[in-house]
Amino acid sequence: MAYRLWTLIVKELQSLLRDRQGRLLLIMPVLVQVLVFPFSSTLEVKNSTLAVFNQDSGAASVEVLQRLASTEAFPHVLMVHGDDELRAAIDEQRALLAIRFPEDFSRKLARGQSAPLQALIDGRRSNSAQIAFSYAQAVVNGYVADQLAARGVAPPSTLAVQNLYNPNLVYRWFVLPSLVAIITTIGALIVTALSLAREREEGTFEQLLVSPLTPGLIMVGKAVPAMIVATIQGSIIAAVAVWAYGVPFTGSLLLFYGAILCYGLSLVGFGLLISSVCATQQQAFLGVFSFTVPAVVLSGYLAPVENMPAVLRYLSFIDPLRHFIVIVKGLFLKQFDIGLVWPHLWPLLLIAVLTLTAAYTVFRRKVA
Amino acid sequence: MAAEMDDMIVAEGLEKRFAGLAEPAVSALSTVLRAGRITGLVGPDGAGKTTLMRMFAGLLAPTAGSLRVAGFDPVRSARDLHQVVGYMPQKFGLYEDLTVLENLVLYADLRDVTGAARTASFEQLLAFTDLARFTGRPAGKLSGGMKQKLGLACALLGQPKVLLLDEPSVGVDPISRRELWRMVNTLADDGMAVVWSTSYLDEAELCHEVRLMNGGRMAYDGTPAELARRMAGRSVQLRAIEGNRRQVLTRALRDSQVIDGVIQGRNVRLVLREAGQWPDLASLMAGAEAQLVEVTPRLEDAFIDLLGGGPGGESVLAQVMPSIRLPDGVSADAIIEARGLTRTFGDFTATDHVTFQVARGEIFGLLGPNGAGKSTTFKMMCGLLTPSAGDARVMGIDLKRSASQARQQLGYMAQKFSLYGKLSVAANLRFFSGVYGLRGEVQRAKIDEMVRVFALGPYLDTVPNDLPLGFKQRLALACALMHEPAILFLDEPTSGVDPVTRREFWTHINGLVEKGVTVMVTTHFMDEAEYCDRIALVYRGQMIAAGSPDELKARAASAELPDPTMEDAFIKLVAESDAAREGAL
Amino acid sequence: MSGLSWRRLWALCRKESYQIVRDPSSVLIAFILPVLLLFIFGFGVSLDASRMRIGIVNEDANAESQAFAEALYGSPYIDAVHGHSRREMIEWLRAGKVRGVVVLAPDFARRLAAGNATAPVSLLTDGAEPNTANFVAAYVQGAWLVWQNERARATGGAVATPIELTPRYWFNPSTVSRNYLVPGSIAVIMTIIGALLTSLVVAREWERGTMEALLSTPVTKAELLLSKILPYYLLGVVSMLICLAVTVWVLGVPFHGSLAVLLAVTSLFLGSALGLGLLISTLTRNQFNAAQAALNAAFLPATMLSGFAFEIASMPAPVRAVTYLIPARYFVSALQTLFQAGQIWPVLWRQMAFLLVSALFWLGLTALKTSRRLD
Repeated sequence: MAYRLWTLIVKELQSLLRDRQGRLLLIMPVLVQVLVFPFSSTLEVKNSTLAVFNQDSGAASVEVLQRLASTEAFPHVLMVHGDDELRAAIDEQRALLAIRFPEDFSRKLARGQSAPLQALIDGRRSNSAQIAFSYAQAVVNGYVADQLAARGVAPPSTLAVQNLYNPNLVYRWFVLPSLVAIITTIGALIVTALSLAREREEGTFEQLLVSPLTPGLIMVGKAVPAMIVATIQGSIIAAVAVWAYGVPFTGSLLLFYGAILCYGLSLVGFGLLISSVCATQQQAFLGVFSFTVPAVVLSGYLAPVENMPAVLRYLSFIDPLRHFIVIVKGLFLKQFDIGLVWPHLWPLLLIAVLTLTAAYTVFRRKVA
Repeated sequence: MAAEMDDMIVAEGLEKRFAGLAEPAVSALSTVLRAGRITGLVGPDGAGKTTLMRMFAGLLAPTAGSLRVAGFDPVRSARDLHQVVGYMPQKFGLYEDLTVLENLVLYADLRDVTGAARTASFEQLLAFTDLARFTGRPAGKLSGGMKQKLGLACALLGQPKVLLLDEPSVGVDPISRRELWRMVNTLADDGMAVVWSTSYLDEAELCHEVRLMNGGRMAYDGTPAELARRMAGRSVQLRAIEGNRRQVLTRALRDSQVIDGVIQGRNVRLVLREAGQWPDLASLMAGAEAQLVEVTPRLEDAFIDLLGGGPGGESVLAQVMPSIRLPDGVSADAIIEARGLTRTFGDFTATDHVTFQVARGEIFGLLGPNGAGKSTTFKMMCGLLTPSAGDARVMGIDLKRSASQARQQLGYMAQKFSLYGKLSVAANLRFFSGVYGLRGEVQRAKIDEMVRVFALGPYLDTVPNDLPLGFKQRLALACALMHEPAILFLDEPTSGVDPVTRREFWTHINGLVEKGVTVMVTTHFMDEAEYCDRIALVYRGQMIAAGSPDELKARAASAELPDPTMEDAFIKLVAESDAAREGAL
Repeated sequence: MSGLSWRRLWALCRKESYQIVRDPSSVLIAFILPVLLLFIFGFGVSLDASRMRIGIVNEDANAESQAFAEALYGSPYIDAVHGHSRREMIEWLRAGKVRGVVVLAPDFARRLAAGNATAPVSLLTDGAEPNTANFVAAYVQGAWLVWQNERARATGGAVATPIELTPRYWFNPSTVSRNYLVPGSIAVIMTIIGALLTSLVVAREWERGTMEALLSTPVTKAELLLSKILPYYLLGVVSMLICLAVTVWVLGVPFHGSLAVLLAVTSLFLGSALGLGLLISTLTRNQFNAAQAALNAAFLPATMLSGFAFEIASMPAPVRAVTYLIPARYFVSALQTLFQAGQIWPVLWRQMAFLLVSALFWLGLTALKTSRRLD
């Protein structure tokens, strides 16, 4: 039986790689996503416009302004003359953040009084605006600290922030390990779900069923190529992450591949389940789509899982992507060892066992 | 001038080339098709029939030559043309999720058939096609025959002057075919020009005229009778054969005088190279009683003759296949056995207590109208469906129990040659042999043998999707046979295939049977039924008749029809069953 | 594009509508998937880190350090956990059990009391989650400032922060990320309906052989195209209204714009999405390839490059240039403005102008590529 299984796997890989469209389907998404995602998928704020209404003519406001303009976040400063204009700049999305320096700003500061500053924020994009605001606040605080230091006043306390695992909070270091997980998801699911649906459509599925192959063997024959695809795609992205984007890989490769295999298994389970209820490639495609989008959203990639309401948090437990993303990020950035990987690995195995059993049951019932 | 008024389609030097193909699909084709006539467009697969039909319908622009359909240039005056042309494409062009009536209303609106005219034509068409009872049923839920009638009704809306039917009878049982034929005849009598493309010659024979195409060119332009007349004296039947008629056929085809031969029940039908030059009866070794009788030539004989004769009678395949030896304890009388086989889907009984036995080296045919349950029965016999009750056994093994072991003994060829269309021919061969456990030197030798036998050498790197139909069929057969199975299951093996390819296929099957292979075949193609040793006629889930083709024909014989064809027998037996049923109710 | 018979057009539109209603997959895509996605985006994607788990390691147990720890415990944004040692808490951080660790060194109180020395507070964040790390830093900094100011007031010292930068949110004052993510996700949903669904319809006719039958009738190119556009346009609008209802009534996102303007913007966007979908369908004539192409040409750009979740301004210049070609970009911006700000015409005019150009482009190209013949 081993040789028959081998034959089945070879055939499966040939059908994946033989036609141009199939090859494109496996490679293009990986290339495009690995080239575009790290740049486009970012929650950092850069290159934004700051609107300023400066009623103050003192040195302090100019100094603060200069410091703001020299950050990466606000290379463009839009000077306005009046509150209406200030508001219009925000309204019309010409600026993300607007700051008004009141007339007596510099004077109050010079007198050692507290000088209030107001920042207008475009809440339509509240996350970016909040981040922008925190950048502005850091600039202002820096200015204050320097002023105090110049006067020889030591602050009673300082807050030193140290970012572990990713000292400069480079967003790409977060995106690329997540991409390893996301892209392999699409690859493995499409390969399993669609190949079975295609066999049904082309009638070759019946040919397989009249052969001495058992349903279990046919399933293994579909699983192995999907896992090979997942592993190769994962390796490519990991390699690009390390060598092209300079993301550190601090864990063990052995664990990485072990985890990819477990993850691949859980995906194959879902893929086979999807295809076992679909008659056509079309439906299988929609099934994969309907699975992938929620899986990505609930994975913690777009927003932390702990921010979700309890129901979705529990639901996310059956999302293999959620567990795998933690593992990959841990292996890349946080020197995960088996002790740290295991709490996220066993859910993957559990998901794999459950989905594969379910798929096998449905499969057997349909065949018999 | 009257004659010219009747010229509905006039083509001169018509040519159509497709980008990327060296040979034109249609070339230098000139013909005239007249009103009030049914013209059969015949030819082997890939002859250019569909391309020509599409040019007639204004869907493809000719690359050269001139064409006028109902007086219009199909390209320049496409809009005028579409007012007077009805076209039924190969898949009938129906919206499967729309009901019968919704399909009709759609096409009526599209053809501007409204008001009283619409009411009248709906009434007429629904009565004509006998679909009035099913107006609320989605088209997708109709049987093949009903779909075809609905497709015809849709094409007939707006009373076209020209009716184009592209392979209307593929996948349709004989009863539906006859009804369609009756309807089209009525239309032609009313003055319509009908073009009917087909690869079934018996169908073409009924047409007023035929246009025979081969390789994109017109090979014959005239009446079927005229064409058949050329064959006068060249068609003979060998009757009262003693012994094995398959071997007799093989021997007959070795004779240089014989250009074609087929099995017809107990007899063998031969086509001779020249009239009167009969083969030597003794060399055929058909027994003392055997005699050659001249019979009326058929269009098919002429067709084969025009294409340069049929394939030889030797099956190279059979020569390389070993004789099937049965394992101990397996009865040679019951290689395939169904006992009280029943399958229900919900409260619908698709197969109802079917029992039969097939002996070693026998060809057993399952015949029946669409949806009669032959497919369900067939699937249970090869292990694709589990019976609700009863047993399906192959070589004494119950398919429910040790399916895997039983399956190693079967070869299976599905309806549309289920090959991996995007894998190369070589990869397909490797895969199917590997799945059946062939490996190493044995596997390589077997693949080489199949490539040689079926002349697949030049195509090893081609994908089946790009293969000519004939080669696809060869490849499918090769894939089903590499593990040298004792039993071969064939599901409508030659549906839509031209006569030459069909003959070649049956030559191989006959050869295999001689080696002891047992064959089970489903078909609703009557020529194919003639090759069977025994036939089971399945109707409404039950086996309503079983016996040799001649026995079934004899049962249908009557005073007005002393020598019925297989098709006549089929229709008669089904009608009898219906009558008995109604009587019982 | 000559000739238009209303009867034929109506017949074709009716046929198309029957097919939509009777095909479970189009119902799934048009009605169920949008609601599902809205719920998932509405509830699942929250960028407002409400309460962060932060470990506090107090290596200097006394009144001063305790006061600081209290300030952290008191913060509404911080879910503080008492940690025994720095090492233990860093392990927790690594395992993802806490998102930050605040450490007070053993000499914290002593240095604070010394006056001329600085008492350092160190915060360790989980850089593997950069966005969360930013929030943690901001929250701890806020608590730290509060504590410092209170202490200054209590001890009568100078105010620690002479410049007080206070934020004022112009729209979305409660800064709920859902309020901008959900309107943005509507653009993604409309892309799915407009492009993914229509990418299948023409291809389906080719595959099932019905296109051949249609083309052999007197139907014109304009009728053929319009019959594909109108029903799906209507479907898109209905779907939009469902999205609007769910967004406003179930997810509680405010809608400040007018329905008429929303419909106008939606119509313009659907023009591009339907055009793109039909073009793909017309070119591929194969449902499977069409779905793939639609996914890559419409869905992915709409999620990644439309600015619905990720800030376009932060992308590098070449990627930014590409975003101008993506209709979803203008739709997202218009939707965010309409939902949270209302009719801000300078923004809306600009987006609508771009959407119009894009719709004309895609529909025009489709018309150009639609042939009345098979070759």
